Amino acid sequence: MKELLSGNEAIARGAYECGVTVATGYPGTPSTEILENIVKYEGVYAEWSPNEKVALDVAAGASFGGARVLVAMKHVGINVAADPLFTLSYTGVKGGLVIITADDPELHSSQNEQDNRNYAKFAKIPMLEPSDSQEAKEFVKIAFEISEKYDTPVFLRTTTRISHSKSIVEIHEPKRSPISLELVKNPAKLVMLPANARKRHPIVEERLRQLKTFADEFSENKVEINNANFGIITSGVSYQYAKEVFPDYSYLKLGLIYPLPEKLIKEFAGKVKKLYVVEELDPYIEEQIKAMGIKIAGKDIFPICGEFNPSIVENAISPSSKQHMKEEVSLKLPPRPPNMCPGCGYRGIFYVFNKLKLFVAGDIGCYTLGFLPPLSAIDTCVSMGGSIGHAMGLDKALGDEAIGKVIAVIGDSTFLHSGITSLLDIVYNRGSSTVVILDNQTTAMTGRQEHPGTGLTLKGETAKKVDLIELCKGLGVEHVRTVDPFDLTSVEETVKEEIFRKEPSVIISQAPCVLLKSQRVKPSKPFMVFNEKCNGCKACIKLGCPAIEWKNIKDVSKTDKLTSDNKKRKGIAIIDSMLCNGCGLCQQLCKFEAIGEINA
Amino acid sequence: MPDSNTNILAVGVGGQGIILASEILTYALMNAGYDVKKSEVHGMSQRGGSVNTHIRFGKKVYSPVIKEREVDILFAFEQLEALRYFGFLKPGAMVILNNHTVNPPSVSLGIDEYPGDVPQTIKKRFPNFHLVNGLDLALKIGNSRTANIVLLGVLSKYIKVEENSWIDAISKVFPEKLININIEAFRLGRKEG
Repeated sequence: MKELLSGNEAIARGAYECGVTVATGYPGTPSTEILENIVKYEGVYAEWSPNEKVALDVAAGASFGGARVLVAMKHVGINVAADPLFTLSYTGVKGGLVIITADDPELHSSQNEQDNRNYAKFAKIPMLEPSDSQEAKEFVKIAFEISEKYDTPVFLRTTTRISHSKSIVEIHEPKRSPISLELVKNPAKLVMLPANARKRHPIVEERLRQLKTFADEFSENKVEINNANFGIITSGVSYQYAKEVFPDYSYLKLGLIYPLPEKLIKEFAGKVKKLYVVEELDPYIEEQIKAMGIKIAGKDIFPICGEFNPSIVENAISPSSKQHMKEEVSLKLPPRPPNMCPGCGYRGIFYVFNKLKLFVAGDIGCYTLGFLPPLSAIDTCVSMGGSIGHAMGLDKALGDEAIGKVIAVIGDSTFLHSGITSLLDIVYNRGSSTVVILDNQTTAMTGRQEHPGTGLTLKGETAKKVDLIELCKGLGVEHVRTVDPFDLTSVEETVKEEIFRKEPSVIISQAPCVLLKSQRVKPSKPFMVFNEKCNGCKACIKLGCPAIEWKNIKDVSKTDKLTSDNKKRKGIAIIDSMLCNGCGLCQQLCKFEAIGEINA
Repeated sequence: MPDSNTNILAVGVGGQGIILASEILTYALMNAGYDVKKSEVHGMSQRGGSVNTHIRFGKKVYSPVIKEREVDILFAFEQLEALRYFGFLKPGAMVILNNHTVNPPSVSLGIDEYPGDVPQTIKKRFPNFHLVNGLDLALKIGNSRTANIVLLGVLSKYIKVEENSWIDAISKVFPEKLININIEAFRLGRKEG
């Protein structure tokens, strides 16, 4: 049967078809849909772990017990999981262990565009790279076979264009895993004390030697000899781009990108006149081929930064084909960045941060959008959980200079992911920072996934819900307060009090994400601007709400240049009732009582 | 089936139902026996940002992304977003434009101006131009949220796929209770657009 699947859906299907019974991960674009799809299959236990390291630890345990396990995360998630990763390369597996690393060239939705192919070489773990959804599904199966045969975790690397592109896939029936589930003590393999680990390292090196031989014979390292003047070595989506623009060139398409098939590469190089490596990001394949003593063109003609597309590949290899891409009409268009939703519980918090001119140590989630004008109230964003450490570091470095000026802001899911230990640091090391936890009851940015604070599991079962207040108190924070982010006065007073306190404090802002279905049942009444009262002061505009628009008076028909009480105005605010969620922030800011509920 | 592929670029603003309409289009093309690929970027684009989806179909499709200047049909849900992708269009490309505007933040803040008379600008460059009042048509059948499917109905007139392939695709994507109204929306677009 044929199905249209995204790379992520195909990976989930492939795992199901080859008998995976445990799957773990933490949401992160572009990997999120893998777990969301695998959980739908019968007989698969799938969980959102609190973070990627926990996900990999749980996966390792399941593998030690004999289960086939899939772990899925985005590229930067591998950084979080790197600690167990490197040593799992030594222990090896019992049931197959496949780790999906979903890279994001172009940083569509990430804080960097690191090339995780380097992890394969670094951790000495084989890595496969599919070039469409059909391969994504089949490579998962191959990955499990390699994992069990060579006693190693295996990486399957995707990029955004593989994860989020749909193509046609042949569906098969599931088969059971060939490995039996059992508890087997094997300390020499699983207890990585120096004495044991020292003996495992040569085993890893021997495994790599065997895998190199395997790579030369692997049927997914495919040679296509066409025009012998030009040869392209490539993998993943880059293969598709190259094939699109140079269908007649010769190809060595790599399915296994670590270790590389040295013999096969040398043979291919001998068959073509001019050789290119087409790869996004780092010169990862290129450097290894050059180390084999082969002359090849790569990053001397291709960019390192950003993702490729067919035009980039075409222009790099045959610049003469370069089209004149300059627009005859140069159109300068206003950008359309993403924004916090109308009615978002974060908006009021950032409005207050901006008003108090705070230095805001930020984190990763929808609230990073608080960086954009007019809120302009995120001053750092580096890593998951980073905000709390940044605030602590700023406080310690600047001393009294920082008091009343620095605040940390972090979402609920991110706090539970990796903010807890940083908060502990503030308590333990006599810090005095204030941390605002934006509790919107979901992992919002990646599309609203559950986490330990939502009371539901990935499967939708009810779960024990962590109590953030008690958690913070348990860590030793004595000043833990909650605020309603839709009450601007209360937010401002609370923030002012806590930032001057010379002890650690936490403010928990409680408002569920406006996109959560349970909240949609009873939307508040939308608001409107009473035209005759609006004096065009733009106070409400400073919220940056997508539902509020400021219009120049000359563009508004039937409107006077004066308000009803004879005040001059240049324009008026307008609220789009289709977009407004009735949060009421703008009404609190209006000094002219010009905003009220519709039908009030 | 001709050797060359057809490239459709669907553009608009997050929340307009572009991804869903593209999903149906892709299914319908698969049902009709084409090789098909669809590529989009989600994540940040959900939050009211600019959205674009590439759909390519034909005998054999390699790249999931359309080459610059190779778009055959621009399927635009919003005026400004249609202008943003001019550089991707083939000379002589067809443009289907939903007669709708959504202000980007800088326009709402009064910093930038929304470009004037977009339909005229497009028509001058691309005479094969179809302006559709998607929302008005959707309101005719009493559901403003079906505007994306009305637009899909309009697009369907220019693609060689039998009606039943479209209907199967719509039935696959929507939950039971929303199938009929969306089929109605689709047929309205196919007839009136």
